[in-house]
Amino acid sequence: MSMPFEEHDYIGLSEVPAMENSEKNNGLPLGDNEKKNTAKVLNLKATELRLGLPGSESPERETGHGGEDKNGYQLGVLKGFVSGAKRGFSDTINGGSGKWVYSGSGGSEVNLANGGGLFSPRGANGAAKSIGAGGVDSASQQTFVGSGVGKETVPQSPKPVQEKKPQVSAANGHAAAPAAKAQVVGWPPIRSFRKNSMAINPPKTDEDADAKLGTGCLYVKVSMDGAPYLRKVDIKIYSSYKDLSSALEKMFSCFTIGQCGSHGVHIRDGMSESRLMDLLHGSEYVLTYEDKDGDWMLVGDVPWEMFMDSCKRLRIMKSSDAIGLAPRAMEKCKNRN
Amino acid sequence: MNQLWKMDPNIKKTKNSADSANYPEAIQSPSQFPDEVLEKVLSMLHSHKDRSSVSLVCKDWYNAERWSRTKIFIGNCYSVSPEIVARRFPRIKSVTLKGKPRFSDFNLVPQNWGANIHDWLVMFAKVYPLLEELRLKRMTVSDESLEFLAMSFPGFKALSLLSCDGFSTDGLKSIATHCKKLTELDIQENGIDDVSGSWLSAFPDNFTSLEILNFASLNSEVSFDALERLVSRCKSLKVLKVNKGIGLDQLQRLLVRAPQLMELGTGSFQQELMFRHCMELENAFRNCKNLQILAGLWDASYVYLHVLYPACSSLTFLNLSYATLRSDEFTKLIAHCPNLRCLWVLDTVEDKGLEAVGSCCPLLEEIRVFPAHPFDQDINHGVTESGFLAVSHGCRKLHYVLYFCQQMTNAAVATIVQNCPDFTHFRLCIMNPGQPDYLTDEPMDEAFGAVVKTCTKLQRLAVSGLLTDLTFEYIGKYAKNLETLSVAFAGRSDWGMQCVLGGCPKLRKLEIRDCPFGNAALLSGLKKYESMRSLWMSACNVTMNGCRLLAKEMPRLNVEVMKDEEDDSHVDKVYVYRSVAGPRRDAPPFVLTL
Repeated sequence: MSMPFEEHDYIGLSEVPAMENSEKNNGLPLGDNEKKNTAKVLNLKATELRLGLPGSESPERETGHGGEDKNGYQLGVLKGFVSGAKRGFSDTINGGSGKWVYSGSGGSEVNLANGGGLFSPRGANGAAKSIGAGGVDSASQQTFVGSGVGKETVPQSPKPVQEKKPQVSAANGHAAAPAAKAQVVGWPPIRSFRKNSMAINPPKTDEDADAKLGTGCLYVKVSMDGAPYLRKVDIKIYSSYKDLSSALEKMFSCFTIGQCGSHGVHIRDGMSESRLMDLLHGSEYVLTYEDKDGDWMLVGDVPWEMFMDSCKRLRIMKSSDAIGLAPRAMEKCKNRN
Repeated sequence: MNQLWKMDPNIKKTKNSADSANYPEAIQSPSQFPDEVLEKVLSMLHSHKDRSSVSLVCKDWYNAERWSRTKIFIGNCYSVSPEIVARRFPRIKSVTLKGKPRFSDFNLVPQNWGANIHDWLVMFAKVYPLLEELRLKRMTVSDESLEFLAMSFPGFKALSLLSCDGFSTDGLKSIATHCKKLTELDIQENGIDDVSGSWLSAFPDNFTSLEILNFASLNSEVSFDALERLVSRCKSLKVLKVNKGIGLDQLQRLLVRAPQLMELGTGSFQQELMFRHCMELENAFRNCKNLQILAGLWDASYVYLHVLYPACSSLTFLNLSYATLRSDEFTKLIAHCPNLRCLWVLDTVEDKGLEAVGSCCPLLEEIRVFPAHPFDQDINHGVTESGFLAVSHGCRKLHYVLYFCQQMTNAAVATIVQNCPDFTHFRLCIMNPGQPDYLTDEPMDEAFGAVVKTCTKLQRLAVSGLLTDLTFEYIGKYAKNLETLSVAFAGRSDWGMQCVLGGCPKLRKLEIRDCPFGNAALLSGLKKYESMRSLWMSACNVTMNGCRLLAKEMPRLNVEVMKDEEDDSHVDKVYVYRSVAGPRRDAPPFVLTL
């Protein structure tokens, strides 16, 4: 498979835009090699139970599908990746746009359906400019791809946005403040003394939550549809979605029902969120969680730290049940089936 | 009254040589007062606005006023020069000076912009040796200046520094050492070099005159022993605001020494206290019968809040804006404070906490809700429109609000101002720039339209959220008493700003950032700027040509430009203000005076 695919990305690289009120991401792009490797390994994914966490990849997975489909899939997948209409996982880790829009804005879907013409030409320095100011559009797809695939790469740790503001959120254990907000100098209009005070002594609401749990572990129940009993995991011992996903796979492997190969994979050109991609590799399951509000969310949208703070329980859900969570994705999946 | 008739005849000669006929016994006409009487009468005038009006009546009144004025307020230190002030007002004892544009609080003004106090101090030392009070806001003050101040005015009594920069705790040491008659030392939220807390120990052992001491915003620890002794011997101490370094047990000892306090800022409220000490602290609060204002409460642990309860019923101002209380904790506390007029809180208390305010504090006139997580877009935190609604429903006397929130609706604001039509200060900050009404997705125009239409006494307005030019049409048309307007990320075209400049007859301060207003808008205010204190525009669409034109047409305005780095013609920041002192001579290289 020596397809000379070009890597493209949409993230604005080093320039942290000085312009206020733009929702640019600070996703850090991968180097060329990483991107290539990423793509290769991706194609070889097996299709056992995949808890579709973005960027997650069980290293022991065997190479999967054969022949043409794979090729086609590969291209399709790559296109999906490269067209990068979706936020990348690394992107989320690195504090992308604060609005964690569920995968697939209308625009990106359309683009992907058209299957091409989405590559923005690389600038001389290897970086393309972000498309538009919308957070979703300017995602860096290959960062998420690379983040977990293949070699146990740990997603880049959240970097504080290069801004002089004290990282209140970081102090709280959240990921770095969402880029859009933190980049605006002097907004919201709060005096330095107050800002600095809050940064040094982060509001104890979050600390209290931790304190209540005692030692700083965070046990949440994990249920799996169809399994006779639940498990409990301490999500604080994991450092990334990938870790969590692997652990859960091992924990629940005995309950895995059915193979996914028959679902085919060439169809998933629309799915560049890796969790969905995993799902659409044929897995019948998605990993979801209940957040502080009681809403059920698809795992992987938000930075890991934010997820840790807001996750109250986990549920490995049948993909057919996850319709509400991933409308277009699920529809596509169903259509193909 | 006796002093009038003992006036030094020399003074008369220098001041009023043309009017030397105006001796008490030589009244020209029944309607003409002798100078001394006029001065005596005018000396009872304290409001600056009244005094300005008086000085415009006629030459006699102008003179009488200038001789009787002892307090001077200068809202923009560059609008006038030390020389001009010295010439006009010979008998000043109290000076209030404001320097940098307000947006410097939010890092929008580069360092070394100016507003240095030193030249003023030099002039004051010459002309006002009896100076007693100096109140500075957003000025640059060096340690040398503070030392100069301490040495030059033997009768100096009150120093207040708010949002200033350039000095260190060494400068405070000079003040403590040399100002033998000091009654007030108020250091608030300054960007200073906190070298050490030893300044407090510099107050001499025989120093007893202190009435107001506020060092809450200083970080370095002071000697508690020195503080305790200071508090013990200053029997007139009314205001004491300590910093975080002072713990609960120390607080108790201070309160025991100063039960007469009217205003208290606690230190850190989070110590491990034995039950016995807790009771002692509660008793100490019980004995503070005059306590009206309470602040500080850093890291307030709910566990100890009950010690405040005995003092709560007499509180009129409670500042919890550094206490991260949750709604349940806060609710219990606020239930003890039925007489509150003014409340500052963090949004950790959430809507539920604000509902409690609405229920418990019917006399509330001012509320400020600050964000605990200003840079976190997680909507689960903080307050929403319902908290504000709840307060407005329960507190009908509300007239001052500063509210940071994640979401708001037009309908809510309309209801709020129906409930509380007496707003004088309405500062709403929807933290996500350009955010619409979250229920209807419409701009927030109607919200602010409701505010200006309903609140006829409105003096100060800060707008936010998604706003079209319609908001500014409303403001220009209805905000007849508006004096200060702050605008960010709003408007659609020049028309918006033109509406404001074309209306708002009492507008004095206009500060704008990140709005699509350009030269046409800027120039539409040509005639208006001389009646205003200042205009600030940053990250708008103004160009050098526009600014040059403004400067050319209006020579009595100072038009100061800070240019865009990349674009030579585009103007990053422009600051326009009226001045009788001409262009300033201390402008740094990045400030271009046109």
